[in-house]
Amino acid sequence: MVASAEVRVARCGGSRINFIEPIITLDSRFLLCASGDAVHVYSTSTEERVHVLQGHVDLVTGLRLNSSNHLQVYSCSLDGTVKLWDFTDGILIKTYIVGHKIFSLYVSKFHEGTVFIILPMESSANTEAFQLVALHLPKTTGPEVEARDILSVLRDVSPIPKATSFGRGGEFVASASGLQLSVYFFRKQKTYRFSLKANDKKGARNRFTCVASHPNDDCIATGHEDGKIRLWRNFSQKKEYTYSTEHWHHSAVNALHFTPEGTELLSGGVESVLVLWRYGAGSKKDFVPRLGSAIEHISVSPDGSLYCTSHKDNKIVVMKSSRDISAIIQGLVKGETIRTDLLIDPRTKALVCNGKPGHLQFFSLRHDKQLYNLDIVQQEYIHEAGLHQCEVTKAAIDAQGSWLATVEERQENPEELDIILKLWAYDESTQSFHLNTSISMAHEGQISAMCFSGDAEATMLVTTGRDGHFKAWLLADHPDAQGEGASWSCDYVGSYHRREPTRCCFSADGSLLAVGFGEVVTVWSPSTWELLVTFSQPPGDIRDLCFGRLSCSKYLLGTTTKNLLCCWNLLTCSLEWSSTVDVILLQPDPLSENMAAFSRASGSTDLFVFKPSEPRPLFSQKAVCSGTVRRAVFAPREEVLEGCDESTQWLSCSRLYFLTEHMELMTFSTKSEEDQIIASSKQLVIDDSVAVTPFYLLLGKHRKSQRETQDSVSSHTAARIQLPQGSPAIRELLHTPAHVLPSASFLCNMFVNSLLISKSGVR
Amino acid sequence: MGEFKVHRVRFFGYMPSGIRCMSFNERAERLALGRLDGTLEIFNFKDSFYQEKVIPGNDSRSVEAVCWVAERLFTAGLNGEITEYDLENLCPKYSLDAFGGPIWTVACNAQGTHLAVGCEDGSIKLFEILPEKIRFERNLDRQKGRVLSLSWHESGTRIAAGMLDMIRIFDVQSGHATHRMLVDRGVSGMRNHECVVWCVAFLSDLTVISTDSSGKVQVWNAAMGILSSTHLVSKSDVLSLAVSKDESSFVVGTSEGTVVQFQFLANILGGDEKAWVRTKTFKPHTHDVRALAEIGTAVVSGGLDTQLVVRPLLDKVDIMSYDNVLHKIHFPHRSLVSCAQKAGMLLFQFPAQLEVWRLGESEGRGKPGDTLFVKKNPEKLLQLKRKGEDHISCSAISPCGGWLAYSTVSSLRVYRLQCDEHVSISKVPKLPKVLRSAHQLSFSDDSSKLFAASTHSMVHVISLSQSECKHLHTFKPKSGSTEPVHLLAASKDGKWLAAANRGCEIHIYNLHKLKPHCTVPIYGSCPTAMGIHPTSNNLLMVHADRQIFEYSIVEKQYTDWSRRVQREGLHKLWLERDTPVTHVTFNPRNAAQFMLHDTYMFCIIDQSLPLPDNKCQFYNQITLKSLSEQERLSHAHAFKMCTKYQHLLFLGLLDDESLVVVQRPLTDIASQLPAPVRLKKFAT
Repeated sequence: MVASAEVRVARCGGSRINFIEPIITLDSRFLLCASGDAVHVYSTSTEERVHVLQGHVDLVTGLRLNSSNHLQVYSCSLDGTVKLWDFTDGILIKTYIVGHKIFSLYVSKFHEGTVFIILPMESSANTEAFQLVALHLPKTTGPEVEARDILSVLRDVSPIPKATSFGRGGEFVASASGLQLSVYFFRKQKTYRFSLKANDKKGARNRFTCVASHPNDDCIATGHEDGKIRLWRNFSQKKEYTYSTEHWHHSAVNALHFTPEGTELLSGGVESVLVLWRYGAGSKKDFVPRLGSAIEHISVSPDGSLYCTSHKDNKIVVMKSSRDISAIIQGLVKGETIRTDLLIDPRTKALVCNGKPGHLQFFSLRHDKQLYNLDIVQQEYIHEAGLHQCEVTKAAIDAQGSWLATVEERQENPEELDIILKLWAYDESTQSFHLNTSISMAHEGQISAMCFSGDAEATMLVTTGRDGHFKAWLLADHPDAQGEGASWSCDYVGSYHRREPTRCCFSADGSLLAVGFGEVVTVWSPSTWELLVTFSQPPGDIRDLCFGRLSCSKYLLGTTTKNLLCCWNLLTCSLEWSSTVDVILLQPDPLSENMAAFSRASGSTDLFVFKPSEPRPLFSQKAVCSGTVRRAVFAPREEVLEGCDESTQWLSCSRLYFLTEHMELMTFSTKSEEDQIIASSKQLVIDDSVAVTPFYLLLGKHRKSQRETQDSVSSHTAARIQLPQGSPAIRELLHTPAHVLPSASFLCNMFVNSLLISKSGVR
Repeated sequence: MGEFKVHRVRFFGYMPSGIRCMSFNERAERLALGRLDGTLEIFNFKDSFYQEKVIPGNDSRSVEAVCWVAERLFTAGLNGEITEYDLENLCPKYSLDAFGGPIWTVACNAQGTHLAVGCEDGSIKLFEILPEKIRFERNLDRQKGRVLSLSWHESGTRIAAGMLDMIRIFDVQSGHATHRMLVDRGVSGMRNHECVVWCVAFLSDLTVISTDSSGKVQVWNAAMGILSSTHLVSKSDVLSLAVSKDESSFVVGTSEGTVVQFQFLANILGGDEKAWVRTKTFKPHTHDVRALAEIGTAVVSGGLDTQLVVRPLLDKVDIMSYDNVLHKIHFPHRSLVSCAQKAGMLLFQFPAQLEVWRLGESEGRGKPGDTLFVKKNPEKLLQLKRKGEDHISCSAISPCGGWLAYSTVSSLRVYRLQCDEHVSISKVPKLPKVLRSAHQLSFSDDSSKLFAASTHSMVHVISLSQSECKHLHTFKPKSGSTEPVHLLAASKDGKWLAAANRGCEIHIYNLHKLKPHCTVPIYGSCPTAMGIHPTSNNLLMVHADRQIFEYSIVEKQYTDWSRRVQREGLHKLWLERDTPVTHVTFNPRNAAQFMLHDTYMFCIIDQSLPLPDNKCQFYNQITLKSLSEQERLSHAHAFKMCTKYQHLLFLGLLDDESLVVVQRPLTDIASQLPAPVRLKKFAT
């Protein structure tokens, strides 16, 4: 039907940046972290993203600096390749094709030309067994090299990267798996294995979680499930090995790292406290508390000046060794579940959804960066298993972005339900939302749906509750509340045959309200609160309701739990068409007539994009992801995508994002779009005839940019008079991050030139 | 296997005394242990940690430090005296006042020629060790402040002394202090308190290790007089220290009850640069760990919570065996309870007093497992305080309940006890001159004779009657052994007397002919309990390694059953039991049955049933219950274990065939201890 090769499901923004341990470059200026299929290069001082190293086609699973050239970095991925990058310029230097899934990557200074990777064991039938192998990197030229020269080092290792560590100068490698610690000495070519008991009378849980090796001494630190840290010594003896135990963490130690001099051991866990143990001084320790979320990884810059922790809430904190936090890089926060819908803030075009517990996050998809967090619950979050927390369950933003409605709920037992409906007004002066009205127990039961009317003059909020009512809320001045300004109050309470309302939806102009009561759809006029018409398509309850947009605004679409997608014509009050699809999610595009419907099909999800006026889908793709899609949203593009053919037309003015079962944010990208990105990155790729030296890269880039600026300057001077700030040279100057700009002396000339209005232009 | 009415006695308020100090003699593999009440105990580590000798304490003598010099044992205490002990007669040999006020510590040099003591007045006194005594030689330079710990360098030319706030190194030749190393007082708030250096150890490479009251373990370089490293181990005191023989590790004990091990490890594997690293932490105790010893394969620790813990170091152990598992010794390995079977009375022995109780009576009969209604409560008849300052070493009550005897190191007393309506007690005057003190006392079954084991393995036989006490005879062992007798057993018919001494010899005497009958072949392990069978006159012996022998006195040879036991061997689980068997009783209803008990169980052994082999289930009572009669026979074996009664001090049979079980739950002992150092526990 449609050439699906044109459109591809891609990870674009919002990926996990805490998946593996980030690394800091030798000069401590950049921080590299894997984010989905790409490697991001951030500046450690400004938090700004400098480069995106794109090239892998699956999750990046390992990242290490090249020990022989500190300006290069190796990365490995599940797609079975190891790539060597120049991260200062974002250039892919070489690709080594291994051909197996790679789960982790290590380099050692004393093994030149070799990297260590963790692969699944080929011979064994079960896929749970992994081995650590040494991969010899061939020295042949060419951008793509097959690397097949592998040598097994340790068998039965854990695929988790932090469970393996290289010791003092690469003399040995220590790897923990389950209850066993294996140490392999490269010089003696001998493996020692030490086992612990799973638990003892005192309730210890001794399973290993992570391993770190001291850089100068023969000492291995291991973290355990019950929060203990063991320091192993004398491990070249089968019997007389010994270890000392320290215990501060109350649950599993998630990360361990020694500082480069070996004076301190850093550990972190769910307590969100970075613990700095003084090496050799027993239990003497310092703390960096209140880091906000559970620590997943710890890394230290090679000069020891920066510590870096990645957190469970997709955040990387960079702190100086003086414990001052220097940068926080925040990705999209993804908890266990997202209970609110994905929303788009009309002002900032940011994605709005649950973030930290009790917060809403505003995440810019374009810059892949969190804009801000809005504290909804305004209560301190106490981490404790089994504690019932206040959760934000519903959120809605009106069309202008001036009102935000949130519902928070806390349920300790089925009888006691606590619901607060909060309305937030956008304040132009502070550029953020402020609490306007807080209504506790807005409904007797849970609030099942909530929407704002699209009417610009009188904004109205409708909520439907499990108590069988729907309520309309209006902004009104209260005479008795002085100086408080307008606040929201209930305007109308409606019900229909004591049925339970499940969904509600306003038409685009706000003149009609559709409320789904069980299997009946009722359409109301919000101005008079008159029940206009009812539709019913039994059996099956209404799951989703939405009005058509623009030219299709006469249609009302609904999906039912019994595999039916219906389209009603509001003018004729009749069913226009229906189709038997098990639609789990129906999402209208606010900028066009298009609707996206996700349907479930045997373990995966299919997507259909259609216009209500014609029942034939514009686009369909089978199995966009495995499992069900939880949430989806159309995000408007900054600029309309050019050159779309018929099948990708629906992606031209907005992008469809969706959240998979594994909380991954996916989107659709077209081929032409990707070509543009590749073309823009191709500019930097140099021809192979010249030897690749950093000097050449530097010089070549300078020359090129010089040529470009000259061209642009000359072309613009040749053109008509332009306002100076409109000149592309200045725009480039202002928009390029400061750390990638050429030196100021070099730019000065160009800048002054651009300000001059040449005489020839006047004439 | 027989039903018994059980008197469950829990009114014996036995309270062991806290452990103060210990010293391990490597050559003899014996551990000398000093308790807070001045009692000295000697454990034989070769023989299943058996408590071989007990030297009762004295109120005027305290034991602060104990020290082996070859096979001689010295202690020093706060009364300012150094005491040497006579290990054969289990009493002090002589005491010598050091004239320096209370003595805190005593140390012997590696050559075994000199003894150094540290006194309250700050002096360190050297004593020369002579074959029969010690002689004051000279003082080292006197300093201000008490000397709490001493350690000799192995060359014998230097001494490290731990004092208040400092450690001094003395040159023995000149007597001058060569270095003075100041110990930090620790955290603020403790600045006003002096830092007490509780322990020092001088290693052969001129390293001094010190532990102090601010919780620090410090390693010093004594050649330069500088501090090399500090390890903060505890928030409170670090009280004890023991260095392994090869000086590759040491252990310290804290007042929180923990024992921390340090090891001398290379920073780089195989490298030369080594450092002391804190490795393992154990928590064997709940209270202060006052005494520690490292014996190569294990760490022995003792403290205020009165138990002795032998914790194996698994990295030094090659094969797991009985000697290499954790041992906790709570109770003495001798009986503190004697029972008047005919009168239903119990005698409890305390260091300072004796208590006589009459057992209660119950009503009716119940099903097995029932608790019977107590008709008459047990009654404390008598509390007899000892005379003098010496603690009671042994005591006995006659089976009829009419006689009572106890002995201290210096005197032996016999009392006539009458308890019909009113309890009256009268001391028997004019005891025979030979009865000066006894190691063990026992009455004959008809209460007409008293047997008293005395010095040089002699056993005196005294005839008792209303009018007078007469010395009948003194048995001397033919072997000429001088080891003290610790077990006496008389036969029911009054013909035979068996006496076992610490030299593992068991002599049998004929009481009718008043002459030695025979000697049981010597077995390598010390007997811990023995008894003569009432009908067959076979002597049953249980040794510290839990081997069981039966010896026919009449035939002067081992019985067939005993030979069968040796041939087939005992069950592994029986041999691995933690505590020694301390009492043997015979079932009068069934001649083939006898009863043994240790701290955690009692068992009935039926000689008519087959012995269990290592393959069969040893603790099989529950299995047997579920089987039918016929199957039960095929599964039954000789050992019937009962673990219902724990922490047993005594188990005996009365003449009315009811059992007396004397228990002392460890929780009761723990509840009488002072409160431990408060520790912050997570999530409390």
